Amino acid sequence: MFGLGILKGMWVTLTHFVGSFVDDIRWLGRRYYTPEGIAHRTSKDARGVFTVQYPEESLPIPEEFRFIPFLIYDVEEDGSHQDRCTSCGICAKVCPPQCIWIVRTDDPETGRPVPEPAEFFIDIDICMNCGYCAEYCPFDAIKMDHDFELSSFDRHAEHIYNKDKLSKPASYYAGIRPTNYAREEAIKAEKEAKKANR
Amino acid sequence: MSEMNPPENMNSNGYEVPPEMRNNIAITTLDKIWNMGRRYSVWPMMFGLACCAIEMICTAASRYDLARFGMEVMRPSPRQADLMIVSGTVTKKMIPQIVRLYNQMPEPKYVLAMGACASGGGPFKEGYNVVSGVDKYVPVDVYVPGCPPTPQALLHGLMKLQEKIDSESIRTVRWYQPGGEEPIPVPILGPDIIDPRDFPKFKSVKAAPAKAETAAESAEAA
Amino acid sequence: MTEQAAAPERELTALEQRFPGVVTLDERKGYEGHIVQADKLIEFATALRDEMGYDYLSSITAVDYLTDDEEAESFFELVYHMYKSTGGAALVFKIQIPRDNPVVDSLVELYPGADFQEREAWDLMGIKFEGHPDLRRILMWDGFEGFPLRKDWKEPYYEEDAKPFGNRWPGGQVYRIEDKNPYGKNNQYPDGFDPSTWKESEDPKLYEVLEKAAMEYSEDIDTEQVVVNLGPQHPSTHGVFRMAVRLDGETIVALKPVMGYLHRNHEQIGERNTFIMNMPFTDRLDYLSSMSNNFGYALAVEKLMGDKATPPERAEYLRVIMAELTRISNHLWAIGFLLNDLGAFFTPALYAIEERELILDIFEAVTGSRMMCNYFRFGGVARDLPEGTEQKIKDLVLERLPRKIDELDLYLTENELIRSRCEGVGVITPEDAIAYSAAGPVLRASGVPYDIRKADPYSIYDEFKFDVAARYHGDVYDRYLIRVDEMRQSLRILQQALKKLPKGEILNGKNPYQVRVPAGEAYGRVEGPKGELGFYVVSNGKPNPWRYHVRAPSFINLTILEKMCVGQKVADVVVNLGSIDIVLGEVDR
Repeated sequence: MFGLGILKGMWVTLTHFVGSFVDDIRWLGRRYYTPEGIAHRTSKDARGVFTVQYPEESLPIPEEFRFIPFLIYDVEEDGSHQDRCTSCGICAKVCPPQCIWIVRTDDPETGRPVPEPAEFFIDIDICMNCGYCAEYCPFDAIKMDHDFELSSFDRHAEHIYNKDKLSKPASYYAGIRPTNYAREEAIKAEKEAKKANR
Repeated sequence: MSEMNPPENMNSNGYEVPPEMRNNIAITTLDKIWNMGRRYSVWPMMFGLACCAIEMICTAASRYDLARFGMEVMRPSPRQADLMIVSGTVTKKMIPQIVRLYNQMPEPKYVLAMGACASGGGPFKEGYNVVSGVDKYVPVDVYVPGCPPTPQALLHGLMKLQEKIDSESIRTVRWYQPGGEEPIPVPILGPDIIDPRDFPKFKSVKAAPAKAETAAESAEAA
Repeated sequence: MTEQAAAPERELTALEQRFPGVVTLDERKGYEGHIVQADKLIEFATALRDEMGYDYLSSITAVDYLTDDEEAESFFELVYHMYKSTGGAALVFKIQIPRDNPVVDSLVELYPGADFQEREAWDLMGIKFEGHPDLRRILMWDGFEGFPLRKDWKEPYYEEDAKPFGNRWPGGQVYRIEDKNPYGKNNQYPDGFDPSTWKESEDPKLYEVLEKAAMEYSEDIDTEQVVVNLGPQHPSTHGVFRMAVRLDGETIVALKPVMGYLHRNHEQIGERNTFIMNMPFTDRLDYLSSMSNNFGYALAVEKLMGDKATPPERAEYLRVIMAELTRISNHLWAIGFLLNDLGAFFTPALYAIEERELILDIFEAVTGSRMMCNYFRFGGVARDLPEGTEQKIKDLVLERLPRKIDELDLYLTENELIRSRCEGVGVITPEDAIAYSAAGPVLRASGVPYDIRKADPYSIYDEFKFDVAARYHGDVYDRYLIRVDEMRQSLRILQQALKKLPKGEILNGKNPYQVRVPAGEAYGRVEGPKGELGFYVVSNGKPNPWRYHVRAPSFINLTILEKMCVGQKVADVVVNLGSIDIVLGEVDR
């Protein structure tokens, strides 16, 4: 019959339309603005309204998510900040678009390099969020951030991030990437135990 | 009442405002209404360049749903659009068209540079056919970093744009100044892209020193 | 590699007897194939096609062997990859031509699929193809100064020959490179250039060609023809693509695609990068299916690296899972936007994007990014599946996607409006499809069941049971159907792969930040969602590839667009283009 295909198509759209009410009623009041509601809308059973109402609610960010890199510092017992970065330069060497600039600190007396960067710049207008710097850093000093709310009005003033802007405490890192953090800490503890035994 | 008075500099932009009107609160209230009307009906142009365009389409699709911001009406014609989302790498071959499209948009018009490429050239910046940031040719209002920015990051950028719209006043926006706004001269495809605004520079610059300088720089650094 | 080279070599010995002194084995270390005398190219290629059945010209590219060495000679080398459309390994042959007079015969007459690839070699490398009917620049514009892929050409933002750049570390005072350019932009001009005398050309050559093509078309009634430009800013061109169309009434008499509006110098940047740096750049080729691009590039470099880069079993399975998920998400998108082009404004696209978002959630959880996955490494993959992801993939593959693909089938396939718009439109015959080097769904919808996963298996595809989808009408409707078929076959592969997914390592050896790649050449190709995606990589033992070329399926599939459209109505152009499923990042690179 001519027109049957069109009717079938309209039937499908109708079931989509009705499905949204069914789901809303079944999840009465819990479908929106609750974590389990968002989880439901991103699961295989999602039907009906699919929208996640950013900014009121936000999709859960998976642990591996990568945006702009950031530098990690450890907070010592006396409250001082210790950069994990030793300015070895691997991130700057592996960065595909070459958006990392590192100034190495030289000891003013001996002239030898000190394992701490004097400055660290990332031009986020070049950065391609590939995650290589984090992947190849041997000291777990640079990691990819989860913060994507970075829009600005002026790139010339704000878009070259310096060390101050990039540095974040290790606790922040532990917060956004708990399993990675736990794994790295375990490896570190193991190494230290080995050293102590020797 | 007094804090709603327009700041002094608002009346010093070329308009001859009669003294009795200087403290008129009507103009600021009008601004608010005017801004509200615009912020909830920013119509973007249906204009995609590269990877970021896919994320822009996803933003307009059901999961992120631009319609919640009154921005779902993507206009294929620049004549009906308020916002140009420059979503992707701007190339030299494309920039004349982009400038032309920008000139064709009616005021008030905004430009949002989406992603690293549109903001500053991105990972392709070093390429010979890539424009290092669309702001070299058209004024940009909001920059959204990321490569590509996720749809939520784009929504954040659009909210930032709404913020900007809120802070504007009819008196100060550039397109309502006496004489209006000059269209941006369209770049020319020559042996390389030529910006007509650079014509005076050609006399003072010869092509050769540019290269010598960068080569010397890198040699010095090495 | 030796196995592959062996078969054609025996065949060629017969040829060597026929062409004594014309064909010689390429004996450079790490190279394969044969070198053919430049002046005998046509004769040789005719014999290949007519006598030996190498009817499918996959890729043409040029390499600039520039050397500072006084003893050695600098030359251009053209590399041809030929296949049989019945399957099997490649036949590679090369032509060496002097650098000061790079002229070679064009193969367009024999293999129409050479058209755009030769134009590209002319545009970027400056090699003249004698007998090419339309040798214009294709990616850059006419009037652009220089041939950018030549090794002695320097772009305005030139810093150093190879990355990493020395000034980033240890004394890296940050700067923006445009601040060092006198114009503050990415520009440079030849000496003595005066802009005031320059007149912008409105593509006179393009319109000349259009007119010439239109002369062949004759109608009884003498009507005035008009030229219409669709794009580059047009909602139905899937990006910044332009078609210059000459119309007689509503009928198309000539059509010329104009591309390059998204030419972002992928190959030139790729030759400056180290090998590993190219991986995230390949994501940005066909940005709808980044995992397939990763796959092709990883295969090419792994071929060069040899045994030490053989991925462990689990990595192979993960690769296949990701590549097939990518194919499904790409085809969902392609169908959604084909329907958009047909005027079913956004409903099918929105339904398709919903499923795609769920697949992207998986990508984001596994790789960290929705689109730019950067997941493959030489000898494996970057990271293992995080907890819970395997279950998520299973939920999708076993439950949701089959249901949703059936639903898509239900509401679209029999729709009378779609059938009347698609059936019999843009027909490609199987002979044309092969001659024009069409690949992927476009080729298979014309009745040529050529799928690299079967014809020349790579990775572990030979372990899975699946059918090569083929349809036989070659019209837009079949190209829609074949995508539905392929999604179902992908699901079949996924179901088997998930069942058999082994435990174990995901990377062969360590993951060094600079890999050692022995000198030589390699061509890695995969069956991407758009067709044959090939990467031609030449290494000279240094950390950077000497030549890095992408055989982009969307780009080469466009060669046949004119043939598909001429004689049809202008409204069908949009549908024809949509049914090829191009992505501009890959067309222009």
